[in-house]
Amino acid sequence: MDILVIILLAFGFLFFLGGAVGIIRMPDFYSRLHPAGKLDTLGIMAMVGGLALYNLHHFSLGTVLLSIKMMLIVFFVFMSSPTATHSIVDAGMRAGLRPWTRKPKNNTIQPRETGKE
Amino acid sequence: MNTFFLIVAMGLCLLMFLSLYRCLFGPTVLDRLVGVNAIGSKTVVLLLLIGFLYERVDMFVDIALAYAFLNFVAVIAASRYFHKRKGLYEESFMD
Repeated sequence: MDILVIILLAFGFLFFLGGAVGIIRMPDFYSRLHPAGKLDTLGIMAMVGGLALYNLHHFSLGTVLLSIKMMLIVFFVFMSSPTATHSIVDAGMRAGLRPWTRKPKNNTIQPRETGKE
Repeated sequence: MNTFFLIVAMGLCLLMFLSLYRCLFGPTVLDRLVGVNAIGSKTVVLLLLIGFLYERVDMFVDIALAYAFLNFVAVIAASRYFHKRKGLYEESFMD
């Protein structure tokens, strides 16, 4: 059972690492929300699931209830994280932030000026 | 197993510093909000790991649950605040 806990923790840590790198490297605010929302949710699910499995070493009623409470944290994060992401995107759209577009090449049509009036 | 938990906790602290870069130097206010949200979601796992290290998991589970709820409420409140405010766009492209 320890092997499974170690695998789950490493899996979740890998997803957290991907989320942090994505938050730093992505070019735009909207594309930064994608790793921040998704990969953190899956990282929390794997890591807290692994910890809840580790908690069942001494099998009794108290530890089972504690593991159920940890899974309730996972359930709450699964509910709240898409809501928070949607709310941030909504605030960005209403404030008028334009999405990022790729820089044009030399011989193409110049797009409109991106927000730098 | 405690050593492994300690190593994972230190790695999570490193990842929180990586996300703190986006909080400090984010070009817009909403970028900083994204960084704060990412740090908060890592803190939930970190609190559980601290609970296992100190062998007081029954107390730290409640703290982690309250922290997840507070993180959610903070992000929702801040984004609702920027619904109403229009000055975000002019400040954000100073480069």
